[in-house]
Amino acid sequence: MIVADRKPLDEIIRLIGSARRIAIVGCGECVTVCHSGGEKNVLMLERELRMHSVATGAPIEVSGIVSRRQCDPEFNEDAAGDWDVIVSLGCGAGAQTLAAQFPSIRVIPGLNTRFMGAHTSLMRWEERCAGCGNCSIHLFAGLCPIARCSKSLLNGPCGGSFEGHCEIDRSIECVWQKIVDRLTEDGRLDTLDEVCPPKDWRTSGAGGPRVYTSEDN
Amino acid sequence: MRTTDLKSGSLLEQALINGHFAVTAEIMPPKTPSASSITKKAELMRPFIDAANVTDNQSAVVRLASMAASRILIESGVEPVMQITCRDRNRMAIQSDVLGASALGIRNILCVTGDHQRFGNHPESKNVYDMDSIQLIRMLKRMRDDGLFQNDEPIANKKNGAPVPPEIFIGAAANPFAFPREYRPLRLIKKVNAGADFIQTQPIFDIDVFRKWVERIIELGIADRCHILAGLTPVRSVTALQYMRDHVPGMHIPEPVIQRMQGASDMEREGFEMAIETCREVIGMPGVHGLHIMAIGWEKIVPEIITALGLTPFRNPAGTDIDGKKDPT
Ligand code: SF4
Ligand code: SF4
Repeated sequence: MIVADRKPLDEIIRLIGSARRIAIVGCGECVTVCHSGGEKNVLMLERELRMHSVATGAPIEVSGIVSRRQCDPEFNEDAAGDWDVIVSLGCGAGAQTLAAQFPSIRVIPGLNTRFMGAHTSLMRWEERCAGCGNCSIHLFAGLCPIARCSKSLLNGPCGGSFEGHCEIDRSIECVWQKIVDRLTEDGRLDTLDEVCPPKDWRTSGAGGPRVYTSEDN
Repeated sequence: MRTTDLKSGSLLEQALINGHFAVTAEIMPPKTPSASSITKKAELMRPFIDAANVTDNQSAVVRLASMAASRILIESGVEPVMQITCRDRNRMAIQSDVLGASALGIRNILCVTGDHQRFGNHPESKNVYDMDSIQLIRMLKRMRDDGLFQNDEPIANKKNGAPVPPEIFIGAAANPFAFPREYRPLRLIKKVNAGADFIQTQPIFDIDVFRKWVERIIELGIADRCHILAGLTPVRSVTALQYMRDHVPGMHIPEPVIQRMQGASDMEREGFEMAIETCREVIGMPGVHGLHIMAIGWEKIVPEIITALGLTPFRNPAGTDIDGKKDPT
Protein backbone atom coordinates (compact mmCIF):
# COMPACT_ATOMS: atom_id res chain seq x y z
CA MET A 1 0.00 0.00 0.00
CA ILE A 2 0.89 3.68 -0.21
CA VAL A 3 2.29 5.05 3.00
CA ALA A 4 1.96 8.74 3.79
CA ASP A 5 2.29 10.87 6.87
CA ARG A 6 0.70 14.14 7.78
CA LYS A 7 2.43 17.43 7.32
CA PRO A 8 3.01 19.43 10.49
CA LEU A 9 0.13 21.72 11.46
CA ASP A 10 2.28 24.85 11.08
CA GLU A 11 3.01 24.01 7.48
CA ILE A 12 -0.65 23.29 6.69
CA ILE A 13 -1.65 26.60 8.30
CA ARG A 14 0.97 28.43 6.28
CA LEU A 15 -0.24 26.77 3.05
CA ILE A 16 -3.86 27.64 3.84
CA GLY A 17 -2.88 31.28 4.30
CA SER A 18 -5.84 33.64 4.52
CA ALA A 19 -8.38 31.23 3.02
CA ARG A 20 -11.54 31.10 5.09
CA ARG A 21 -13.74 28.39 3.63
CA ILE A 22 -11.76 25.20 4.00
CA ALA A 23 -12.56 21.60 3.08
CA ILE A 24 -10.46 18.77 4.41
CA VAL A 25 -10.76 15.72 2.20
CA GLY A 26 -9.54 12.38 3.49
CA CYS A 27 -9.38 9.01 1.76
CA GLY A 28 -10.76 5.64 2.76
CA GLU A 29 -7.94 3.53 1.33
CA CYS A 30 -4.22 3.26 2.17
CA VAL A 31 -3.95 6.44 4.22
CA THR A 32 -6.81 5.28 6.42
CA VAL A 33 -4.87 2.11 7.09
CA CYS A 34 -1.68 3.97 8.00
CA HIS A 35 -3.61 6.47 10.12
CA SER A 36 -2.74 9.62 8.26
CA GLY A 37 -5.72 10.49 6.07
CA GLY A 38 -8.75 8.53 7.32
CA GLU A 39 -11.90 9.82 8.98
CA LYS A 40 -10.23 10.13 12.35
CA ASN A 41 -7.38 12.18 10.87
CA VAL A 42 -9.80 14.46 9.06
CA LEU A 43 -11.62 15.15 12.32
CA MET A 44 -8.37 15.76 14.11
CA LEU A 45 -7.18 18.33 11.56
CA GLU A 46 -10.59 19.99 11.63
CA ARG A 47 -10.28 20.40 15.38
CA GLU A 48 -6.72 21.69 15.14
CA LEU A 49 -7.67 24.30 12.56
CA ARG A 50 -10.64 25.46 14.64
CA MET A 51 -8.48 25.81 17.73
CA HIS A 52 -5.99 27.81 15.75
CA SER A 53 -8.76 30.01 14.47
CA VAL A 54 -10.02 30.67 18.00
CA ALA A 55 -6.50 31.36 19.23
CA THR A 56 -5.72 33.83 16.47
CA GLY A 57 -9.18 35.30 16.15
CA ALA A 58 -9.23 34.68 12.39
CA PRO A 59 -12.65 33.15 11.60
CA ILE A 60 -12.81 30.09 9.36
CA GLU A 61 -15.41 27.62 8.13
CA VAL A 62 -14.09 24.12 7.99
CA SER A 63 -15.76 20.94 6.74
CA GLY A 64 -14.43 17.41 6.76
CA ILE A 65 -15.20 14.92 3.99
CA VAL A 66 -13.89 11.42 3.48
CA SER A 67 -13.76 10.16 -0.07
CA ARG A 68 -13.95 6.42 -0.46
CA ARG A 69 -10.99 6.50 -2.84
CA GLN A 70 -9.57 9.94 -3.52
CA CYS A 71 -7.55 8.89 -6.58
CA ASP A 72 -10.79 8.09 -8.38
CA PRO A 73 -12.96 11.13 -9.34
CA GLU A 74 -16.15 9.14 -9.13
CA PHE A 75 -15.77 8.95 -5.33
CA ASN A 76 -14.95 12.64 -4.85
CA GLU A 77 -18.31 14.20 -5.68
CA ASP A 78 -19.01 14.98 -2.02
CA ALA A 79 -15.97 17.21 -2.01
CA ALA A 80 -17.59 19.70 -4.40
CA GLY A 81 -18.43 23.00 -2.76
CA ASP A 82 -17.81 26.67 -2.52
CA TRP A 83 -14.39 26.32 -0.86
CA ASP A 84 -11.45 28.69 -0.95
CA VAL A 85 -9.15 25.81 -0.39
CA ILE A 86 -9.18 22.02 -0.19
CA VAL A 87 -6.67 20.36 2.12
CA SER A 88 -6.15 16.89 0.74
CA LEU A 89 -5.42 14.16 3.24
CA GLY A 90 -4.90 11.69 0.42
CA CYS A 91 -1.71 10.55 -1.22
CA GLY A 92 -0.20 12.60 -4.04
CA ALA A 93 -2.36 10.76 -6.56
CA GLY A 94 -5.50 11.59 -4.59
CA ALA A 95 -4.56 15.25 -4.13
CA GLN A 96 -3.91 15.62 -7.86
CA THR A 97 -7.21 13.98 -8.68
CA LEU A 98 -8.98 16.62 -6.57
CA ALA A 99 -6.95 19.42 -8.16
CA ALA A 100 -7.91 18.23 -11.64
CA GLN A 101 -11.52 17.70 -10.72
CA PHE A 102 -12.05 21.10 -9.07
CA PRO A 103 -9.87 23.44 -11.12
CA SER A 104 -11.28 26.62 -9.61
CA ILE A 105 -10.33 25.59 -6.06
CA ARG A 106 -6.81 25.69 -4.70
CA VAL A 107 -5.81 22.21 -3.48
CA ILE A 108 -3.03 21.90 -0.94
CA PRO A 109 -1.38 18.67 0.15
CA GLY A 110 -1.89 17.83 3.79
CA LEU A 111 0.15 14.64 3.58
CA ASN A 112 3.65 13.75 2.53
CA THR A 113 3.44 10.63 0.38
CA ARG A 114 6.36 8.44 1.35
CA PHE A 115 6.53 5.01 -0.24
CA MET A 116 4.96 1.72 -1.23
CA GLY A 117 5.33 -0.48 1.76
CA ALA A 118 4.12 -3.26 3.96
CA HIS A 119 2.96 -3.38 7.57
CA THR A 120 5.85 -5.09 9.37
CA SER A 121 4.92 -4.69 13.01
CA LEU A 122 2.33 -2.79 14.99
CA MET A 123 2.02 0.71 13.49
CA ARG A 124 5.21 0.32 11.46
CA TRP A 125 5.45 0.26 7.67
CA GLU A 126 8.58 -0.35 5.63
CA GLU A 127 9.34 0.34 2.00
CA ARG A 128 9.08 -2.75 -0.14
CA CYS A 129 8.65 -1.77 -3.77
CA ALA A 130 9.95 1.05 -5.93
CA GLY A 131 7.55 0.36 -8.79
CA CYS A 132 10.32 -0.49 -11.23
CA GLY A 133 7.83 -1.97 -13.68
CA ASN A 134 9.62 -5.29 -14.12
CA CYS A 135 9.42 -7.30 -10.94
CA SER A 136 12.28 -9.70 -10.36
CA ILE A 137 12.15 -10.56 -6.68
CA HIS A 138 12.15 -14.26 -7.61
CA LEU A 139 15.86 -13.82 -8.34
CA PHE A 140 16.52 -12.51 -4.85
CA ALA A 141 14.79 -14.92 -2.51
CA GLY A 142 11.58 -12.90 -2.65
CA LEU A 143 13.25 -9.70 -1.45
CA CYS A 144 13.59 -6.53 -3.52
CA PRO A 145 17.09 -5.02 -3.69
CA ILE A 146 15.86 -2.16 -5.85
CA ALA A 147 13.63 -0.73 -3.17
CA ARG A 148 15.38 -2.11 -0.11
CA CYS A 149 19.09 -1.74 -0.82
CA SER A 150 20.18 1.88 -0.38
CA LYS A 151 22.15 1.63 -3.63
CA SER A 152 19.75 -0.68 -5.52
CA LEU A 153 22.59 -3.15 -6.04
CA LEU A 154 21.77 -6.26 -8.04
CA ASN A 155 24.96 -8.27 -7.56
CA GLY A 156 25.40 -8.71 -3.86
CA PRO A 157 26.17 -6.67 -0.79
CA CYS A 158 28.38 -3.60 -0.95
CA GLY A 159 31.46 -3.28 1.20
CA GLY A 160 29.60 -1.29 3.81
CA SER A 161 27.26 -4.06 4.93
CA PHE A 162 27.85 -4.52 8.65
CA GLU A 163 26.34 -7.15 10.97
CA GLY A 164 23.07 -7.12 9.11
CA HIS A 165 22.80 -3.32 8.94
CA CYS A 166 23.02 -1.04 5.95
CA GLU A 167 26.01 1.28 5.83
CA ILE A 168 23.84 4.35 5.70
CA ASP A 169 22.08 3.78 9.00
CA ARG A 170 22.15 1.17 11.71
CA SER A 171 18.36 1.27 11.89
CA ILE A 172 18.10 0.01 8.30
CA GLU A 173 18.52 -3.66 7.53
CA CYS A 174 20.93 -4.65 4.79
CA VAL A 175 18.61 -6.46 2.42
CA TRP A 176 21.59 -8.20 0.83
CA GLN A 177 22.47 -9.83 4.13
CA LYS A 178 18.91 -11.15 4.18
CA ILE A 179 19.06 -12.33 0.58
CA VAL A 180 22.32 -14.19 1.19
CA ASP A 181 21.03 -15.71 4.45
CA ARG A 182 17.81 -16.86 2.89
CA LEU A 183 19.45 -18.38 -0.18
CA THR A 184 22.07 -20.06 2.01
CA GLU A 185 19.32 -21.62 4.12
CA ASP A 186 17.59 -22.85 0.99
CA GLY A 187 20.87 -24.18 -0.44
CA ARG A 188 20.43 -21.91 -3.46
CA LEU A 189 23.23 -19.42 -2.94
CA ASP A 190 24.69 -20.41 -6.30
CA THR A 191 21.76 -18.71 -8.03
CA LEU A 192 23.66 -15.47 -7.37
CA ASP A 193 26.78 -16.65 -9.21
CA GLU A 194 25.76 -15.28 -12.58
CA VAL A 195 26.36 -11.57 -13.06
CA CYS A 196 22.97 -9.89 -13.02
CA PRO A 197 22.99 -7.51 -16.02
CA PRO A 198 22.30 -3.78 -15.70
CA LYS A 199 18.63 -3.07 -15.32
CA ASP A 200 16.55 -1.60 -18.09
CA TRP A 201 15.11 1.36 -16.22
CA ARG A 202 12.69 2.30 -19.01
CA THR A 203 9.88 0.53 -17.20
CA SER A 204 10.62 2.55 -14.09
CA GLY A 205 10.11 6.30 -13.88
CA ALA A 206 13.23 6.75 -16.04
CA GLY A 207 11.10 6.08 -19.11
CA GLY A 208 8.86 9.07 -18.39
CA PRO A 209 5.44 9.10 -16.69
CA ARG A 210 3.76 5.75 -16.96
CA VAL A 211 0.27 4.88 -18.08
CA TYR A 212 -1.61 1.66 -17.61
CA THR A 213 -4.74 0.62 -19.43
CA SER A 214 -6.65 -2.52 -18.63
CA GLU A 215 -8.51 -4.50 -21.24
CA ASP A 216 -10.61 -6.06 -18.56
CA ASN A 217 -13.93 -4.40 -17.77
CA MET B 1 59.74 -9.60 -19.43
CA ARG B 2 56.34 -10.57 -20.73
CA THR B 3 54.74 -7.89 -22.79
CA THR B 4 52.54 -10.06 -24.94
CA ASP B 5 48.87 -10.22 -24.10
CA LEU B 6 48.95 -6.93 -22.27
CA LYS B 7 45.47 -5.60 -21.86
CA SER B 8 46.42 -2.00 -21.33
CA GLY B 9 50.18 -1.79 -21.29
CA SER B 10 50.02 0.14 -18.03
CA LEU B 11 53.08 -0.02 -15.81
CA LEU B 12 50.93 -1.49 -13.07
CA GLU B 13 49.83 -4.28 -15.36
CA GLN B 14 53.41 -4.90 -16.47
CA ALA B 15 54.60 -4.98 -12.88
CA LEU B 16 51.95 -7.45 -11.81
CA ILE B 17 52.20 -9.66 -14.85
CA ASN B 18 55.93 -9.94 -14.27
CA GLY B 19 55.40 -11.07 -10.73
CA HIS B 20 56.70 -7.86 -9.25
CA PHE B 21 55.29 -7.04 -5.80
CA ALA B 22 53.48 -3.86 -6.75
CA VAL B 23 52.82 -0.82 -4.61
CA THR B 24 50.01 1.64 -5.21
CA ALA B 25 49.08 4.59 -3.05
CA GLU B 26 46.03 6.75 -2.83
CA ILE B 27 46.05 10.40 -3.79
CA MET B 28 42.91 12.25 -2.87
CA PRO B 29 42.23 15.25 -5.12
CA PRO B 30 41.71 18.59 -3.36
CA LYS B 31 38.43 20.38 -2.73
CA THR B 32 39.75 23.26 -4.85
CA PRO B 33 40.87 23.61 -8.46
CA SER B 34 44.45 23.42 -7.28
CA ALA B 35 46.67 21.29 -9.51
CA SER B 36 49.70 22.03 -7.36
CA SER B 37 48.37 20.06 -4.41
CA ILE B 38 48.22 17.03 -6.70
CA THR B 39 51.65 17.55 -8.20
CA LYS B 40 53.14 17.96 -4.71
CA LYS B 41 51.80 14.58 -3.62
CA ALA B 42 52.88 13.11 -6.95
CA GLU B 43 56.44 14.30 -6.44
CA LEU B 44 56.50 12.89 -2.94
CA MET B 45 55.34 9.44 -4.05
CA ARG B 46 56.79 9.18 -7.52
CA PRO B 47 60.09 7.42 -6.72
CA PHE B 48 58.38 4.83 -4.53
CA ILE B 49 55.18 3.59 -6.14
CA ASP B 50 54.02 1.83 -9.27
CA ALA B 51 50.78 3.77 -9.57
CA ALA B 52 48.56 6.13 -7.62
CA ASN B 53 44.84 5.75 -7.13
CA VAL B 54 42.86 8.90 -7.69
CA THR B 55 39.64 8.76 -5.74
CA ASP B 56 36.30 9.84 -7.20
CA ASN B 57 34.51 12.21 -4.82
CA GLN B 58 35.75 10.10 -1.96
CA SER B 59 33.36 9.60 0.96
CA ALA B 60 30.80 11.44 -1.18
CA VAL B 61 32.59 14.77 -0.74
CA VAL B 62 32.91 16.94 -3.85
CA ARG B 63 36.52 17.13 -5.01
CA LEU B 64 38.46 17.85 -8.17
CA ALA B 65 37.48 15.32 -10.84
CA SER B 66 39.37 12.03 -10.80
CA MET B 67 39.91 12.14 -14.57
CA ALA B 68 41.51 15.58 -14.43
CA ALA B 69 43.62 14.64 -11.42
CA SER B 70 44.68 11.45 -13.21
CA ARG B 71 45.93 13.48 -16.17
CA ILE B 72 47.79 15.83 -13.84
CA LEU B 73 49.50 12.78 -12.34
CA ILE B 74 50.56 11.57 -15.79
CA GLU B 75 52.10 14.96 -16.42
CA SER B 76 53.92 14.63 -13.10
CA GLY B 77 55.28 11.24 -14.08
CA VAL B 78 53.03 9.12 -11.89
CA GLU B 79 50.80 6.47 -13.39
CA PRO B 80 47.20 6.93 -12.25
CA VAL B 81 44.53 4.43 -11.31
CA MET B 82 41.40 6.44 -11.99
CA GLN B 83 38.53 5.50 -9.72
CA ILE B 84 34.93 5.52 -10.93
CA THR B 85 31.98 5.24 -8.59
CA CYS B 86 28.48 4.26 -9.59
CA ARG B 87 27.01 6.87 -7.28
CA ASP B 88 27.33 9.98 -9.43
CA ARG B 89 27.10 8.85 -13.03
CA ASN B 90 24.89 6.71 -15.19
CA ARG B 91 26.10 4.28 -17.84
CA MET B 92 26.20 7.02 -20.47
CA ALA B 93 28.38 9.37 -18.45
CA ILE B 94 30.66 6.55 -17.35
CA GLN B 95 31.29 5.27 -20.86
CA SER B 96 31.96 8.76 -22.05
CA ASP B 97 34.45 9.20 -19.20
CA VAL B 98 36.13 5.92 -20.08
CA LEU B 99 36.67 7.11 -23.66
CA GLY B 100 37.92 10.45 -22.37
CA ALA B 101 40.26 8.83 -19.87
CA SER B 102 41.64 6.54 -22.53
CA ALA B 103 42.25 9.50 -24.84
CA LEU B 104 44.14 11.19 -22.01
CA GLY B 105 46.41 8.18 -21.58
CA ILE B 106 44.80 6.83 -18.43
CA ARG B 107 45.28 3.07 -18.48
CA ASN B 108 44.09 1.83 -15.08
CA ILE B 109 40.50 2.21 -13.93
CA LEU B 110 39.13 1.02 -10.61
CA CYS B 111 35.40 0.36 -10.43
CA VAL B 112 33.62 0.89 -7.14
CA THR B 113 30.03 1.21 -6.02
CA GLY B 114 30.81 4.34 -4.01
CA ASP B 115 29.88 5.44 -0.51
CA HIS B 116 26.31 6.60 -0.19
CA GLN B 117 25.91 10.38 -0.46
CA ARG B 118 24.56 10.61 3.05
CA PHE B 119 28.16 10.37 4.31
CA GLY B 120 29.31 13.32 2.31
CA ASN B 121 28.85 17.05 2.06
CA HIS B 122 25.80 16.97 -0.22
CA PRO B 123 23.52 14.52 1.57
CA GLU B 124 20.51 16.21 -0.02
CA SER B 125 21.55 15.19 -3.54
CA LYS B 126 20.03 12.39 -5.59
CA ASN B 127 22.25 9.41 -6.30
CA VAL B 128 22.44 7.50 -9.56
CA TYR B 129 23.37 3.85 -9.02
CA ASP B 130 22.22 3.08 -12.54
CA MET B 131 24.71 0.19 -12.39
CA ASP B 132 26.55 -1.58 -9.62
CA SER B 133 30.30 -2.10 -9.51
CA ILE B 134 30.10 -5.60 -11.00
CA GLN B 135 28.03 -4.44 -13.95
CA LEU B 136 30.49 -1.59 -14.37
CA ILE B 137 33.43 -4.00 -14.47
CA ARG B 138 31.69 -6.08 -17.12
CA MET B 139 30.84 -3.00 -19.17
CA LEU B 140 34.49 -1.91 -19.17
CA LYS B 141 35.65 -5.38 -20.11
CA ARG B 142 33.26 -5.50 -23.06
CA MET B 143 34.38 -2.05 -24.16
CA ARG B 144 37.99 -3.18 -24.08
CA ASP B 145 37.79 -6.80 -25.28
CA ASP B 146 34.82 -6.71 -27.63
CA GLY B 147 34.94 -3.06 -28.65
CA LEU B 148 31.30 -2.67 -27.69
CA PHE B 149 29.35 -0.15 -25.73
CA GLN B 150 26.86 -1.31 -23.15
CA ASN B 151 24.13 -1.12 -25.81
CA ASP B 152 26.15 -3.44 -28.14
CA GLU B 153 27.05 -0.67 -30.57
CA PRO B 154 30.63 -0.92 -31.78
CA ILE B 155 33.21 1.57 -30.55
CA ALA B 156 34.40 2.70 -33.97
CA ASN B 157 35.14 5.94 -35.75
CA LYS B 158 32.80 5.18 -38.59
CA LYS B 159 30.03 2.74 -39.40
CA ASN B 160 31.50 -0.73 -40.00
CA GLY B 161 34.93 0.72 -39.22
CA ALA B 162 37.55 -1.11 -37.20
CA PRO B 163 36.86 -1.05 -33.47
CA VAL B 164 38.82 1.49 -31.44
CA PRO B 165 38.50 0.06 -27.96
CA PRO B 166 39.88 1.79 -24.88
CA GLU B 167 42.95 0.11 -23.39
CA ILE B 168 42.29 -0.37 -19.75
CA PHE B 169 43.55 -2.46 -16.88
CA ILE B 170 40.42 -3.06 -14.84
CA GLY B 171 40.47 -2.88 -11.09
CA ALA B 172 37.92 -3.63 -8.42
CA ALA B 173 37.72 -3.20 -4.68
CA ALA B 174 37.14 -5.95 -2.16
CA ASN B 175 36.28 -5.70 1.49
CA PRO B 176 37.22 -8.93 3.29
CA PHE B 177 35.94 -7.45 6.56
CA ALA B 178 32.39 -6.60 5.49
CA PHE B 179 29.37 -8.78 6.05
CA PRO B 180 28.21 -11.39 5.27
CA ARG B 181 31.82 -12.54 5.70
CA GLU B 182 31.37 -15.97 4.08
CA TYR B 183 29.91 -14.33 1.01
CA ARG B 184 32.85 -11.97 0.43
CA PRO B 185 35.05 -14.44 -1.48
CA LEU B 186 32.07 -15.40 -3.65
CA ARG B 187 31.45 -11.76 -4.46
CA LEU B 188 35.10 -11.47 -5.44
CA ILE B 189 34.65 -14.38 -7.86
CA LYS B 190 31.80 -12.44 -9.42
CA LYS B 191 34.04 -9.42 -9.87
CA VAL B 192 36.78 -11.52 -11.44
CA ASN B 193 34.31 -13.31 -13.68
CA ALA B 194 32.93 -9.94 -14.70
CA GLY B 195 36.42 -8.89 -15.78
CA ALA B 196 38.44 -7.48 -12.88
CA ASP B 197 42.17 -7.79 -13.55
CA PHE B 198 43.34 -6.51 -10.19
CA ILE B 199 41.83 -6.10 -6.77
CA GLN B 200 42.61 -3.60 -4.05
CA THR B 201 41.28 -4.43 -0.61
CA GLN B 202 39.97 -2.26 2.18
CA PRO B 203 42.61 -1.46 4.79
CA ILE B 204 43.65 -4.32 7.01
CA PHE B 205 43.44 -3.86 10.75
CA ASP B 206 42.53 -7.48 11.46
CA ILE B 207 45.15 -9.69 9.93
CA ASP B 208 43.41 -12.92 10.95
CA VAL B 209 40.24 -12.06 9.05
CA PHE B 210 42.35 -11.04 6.07
CA ARG B 211 44.38 -14.25 6.17
CA LYS B 212 41.22 -16.37 6.21
CA TRP B 213 39.85 -14.43 3.26
CA VAL B 214 43.04 -14.94 1.25
CA GLU B 215 43.10 -18.66 2.09
CA ARG B 216 39.54 -19.00 0.90
CA ILE B 217 40.37 -17.15 -2.28
CA ILE B 218 43.24 -19.49 -3.00
CA GLU B 219 41.00 -22.47 -2.23
CA LEU B 220 38.41 -21.17 -4.68
CA GLY B 221 41.09 -20.76 -7.35
CA ILE B 222 40.67 -17.02 -7.84
CA ALA B 223 44.10 -15.95 -6.60
CA ASP B 224 45.57 -17.06 -9.96
CA ARG B 225 42.95 -15.24 -11.96
CA CYS B 226 43.54 -11.73 -10.64
CA HIS B 227 46.18 -9.71 -8.85
CA ILE B 228 45.42 -8.90 -5.26
CA LEU B 229 46.82 -5.79 -3.62
CA ALA B 230 46.40 -5.74 0.14
CA GLY B 231 45.04 -2.50 1.55
CA LEU B 232 46.85 -0.59 4.26
CA THR B 233 45.98 2.59 6.10
CA PRO B 234 48.64 3.91 8.44
CA VAL B 235 47.02 5.82 11.29
CA ARG B 236 48.74 8.13 13.75
CA SER B 237 46.19 8.73 16.47
CA VAL B 238 43.59 6.92 18.45
CA THR B 239 40.94 9.48 17.51
CA ALA B 240 41.56 8.75 13.83
CA LEU B 241 41.08 5.02 14.50
CA GLN B 242 37.89 5.66 16.44
CA TYR B 243 36.59 8.00 13.79
CA MET B 244 37.20 5.42 11.09
CA ARG B 245 35.59 2.68 13.15
CA ASP B 246 32.48 4.74 13.83
CA HIS B 247 32.04 6.78 10.67
CA VAL B 248 33.70 5.18 7.67
CA PRO B 249 31.54 2.51 6.06
CA GLY B 250 33.06 -0.93 5.75
CA MET B 251 35.87 -0.27 8.18
CA HIS B 252 36.66 -3.00 10.67
CA ILE B 253 38.99 -1.99 13.50
CA PRO B 254 39.25 -4.49 16.35
CA GLU B 255 39.37 -3.25 19.94
CA PRO B 256 42.96 -4.48 20.63
CA VAL B 257 44.22 -2.21 17.83
CA ILE B 258 42.57 0.79 19.47
CA GLN B 259 43.90 -0.23 22.89
CA ARG B 260 47.40 -0.62 21.56
CA MET B 261 47.30 2.87 20.11
CA GLN B 262 45.79 4.24 23.30
CA GLY B 263 48.66 2.84 25.32
CA ALA B 264 51.36 4.25 23.05
CA SER B 265 53.54 7.10 24.26
CA ASP B 266 54.33 8.15 20.70
CA MET B 267 51.26 7.46 18.58
CA GLU B 268 52.88 8.42 15.31
CA ARG B 269 55.70 5.96 15.94
CA GLU B 270 53.21 3.29 17.00
CA GLY B 271 51.09 3.85 13.89
CA PHE B 272 54.16 3.47 11.71
CA GLU B 273 55.18 0.26 13.53
CA MET B 274 51.68 -1.18 13.20
CA ALA B 275 51.66 -0.43 9.49
CA ILE B 276 55.04 -2.09 9.01
CA GLU B 277 53.95 -5.17 10.97
CA THR B 278 50.81 -5.54 8.85
CA CYS B 279 52.83 -5.15 5.64
CA ARG B 280 55.36 -7.75 6.71
CA GLU B 281 52.54 -10.20 7.32
CA VAL B 282 50.93 -9.68 3.94
CA ILE B 283 54.13 -9.52 1.91
CA GLY B 284 54.81 -13.17 2.66
CA MET B 285 51.27 -14.33 2.04
CA PRO B 286 50.67 -16.51 -0.99
CA GLY B 287 48.00 -14.97 -3.15
CA VAL B 288 48.95 -11.37 -2.32
CA HIS B 289 50.66 -9.59 -5.19
CA GLY B 290 51.04 -6.07 -3.94
CA LEU B 291 50.21 -3.38 -1.47
CA HIS B 292 47.74 -0.52 -1.73
CA ILE B 293 48.44 2.27 0.75
CA MET B 294 45.67 4.69 1.66
CA ALA B 295 47.39 7.20 3.94
CA ILE B 296 44.61 9.74 4.02
CA GLY B 297 46.03 12.96 5.44
CA TRP B 298 49.38 11.32 6.24
CA GLU B 299 50.83 10.95 2.77
CA LYS B 300 54.36 11.77 3.84
CA ILE B 301 54.59 8.45 5.68
CA VAL B 302 54.19 6.50 2.43
CA PRO B 303 57.83 6.80 1.25
CA GLU B 304 59.02 5.89 4.75
CA ILE B 305 56.90 2.76 4.87
CA ILE B 306 57.96 1.61 1.43
CA THR B 307 61.62 2.28 2.18
CA ALA B 308 61.43 0.45 5.50
CA LEU B 309 59.98 -2.55 3.69
CA GLY B 310 62.71 -2.45 1.06
CA LEU B 311 60.20 -2.36 -1.80
CA THR B 312 61.03 -0.71 -5.09
CA PRO B 313 58.79 0.11 -8.01
CA PHE B 314 58.86 -1.93 -11.16
CA ARG B 315 60.58 -0.27 -14.09
CA ASN B 316 60.08 -1.42 -17.61
CA PRO B 317 63.25 -2.53 -19.42
CA ALA B 318 63.72 0.79 -21.15
CA GLY B 319 63.90 2.37 -17.73
CA THR B 320 61.34 4.89 -18.80
CA ASP B 321 58.46 6.07 -16.79
CA ILE B 322 54.95 6.69 -17.85
CA ASP B 323 55.58 9.60 -20.20
CA GLY B 324 58.55 7.89 -21.80
CA LYS B 325 60.88 10.15 -19.84
CA LYS B 326 64.04 8.55 -18.46
CA ASP B 327 63.63 7.83 -14.82
CA PRO B 328 66.20 9.73 -12.79
CA THR B 329 66.21 7.24 -9.91
S1 SF4 C 1 11.56 -5.64 -8.41
FE1 SF4 C 1 10.52 -3.75 -9.06
S2 SF4 C 1 8.33 -4.23 -9.04
FE2 SF4 C 1 9.39 -5.86 -7.87
S3 SF4 C 1 9.30 -5.19 -5.73
FE3 SF4 C 1 11.22 -4.41 -6.58
S4 SF4 C 1 10.78 -2.36 -7.34
FE4 SF4 C 1 8.82 -3.40 -7.01
S1 SF4 D 1 24.81 -2.10 3.19
FE1 SF4 D 1 23.43 -3.55 2.17
S2 SF4 D 1 21.51 -2.43 1.87
FE2 SF4 D 1 23.07 -0.92 2.37
S3 SF4 D 1 23.80 -0.21 0.39
FE3 SF4 D 1 25.15 -1.87 1.01
S4 SF4 D 1 24.28 -3.73 0.14
FE4 SF4 D 1 22.71 -2.14 0.00
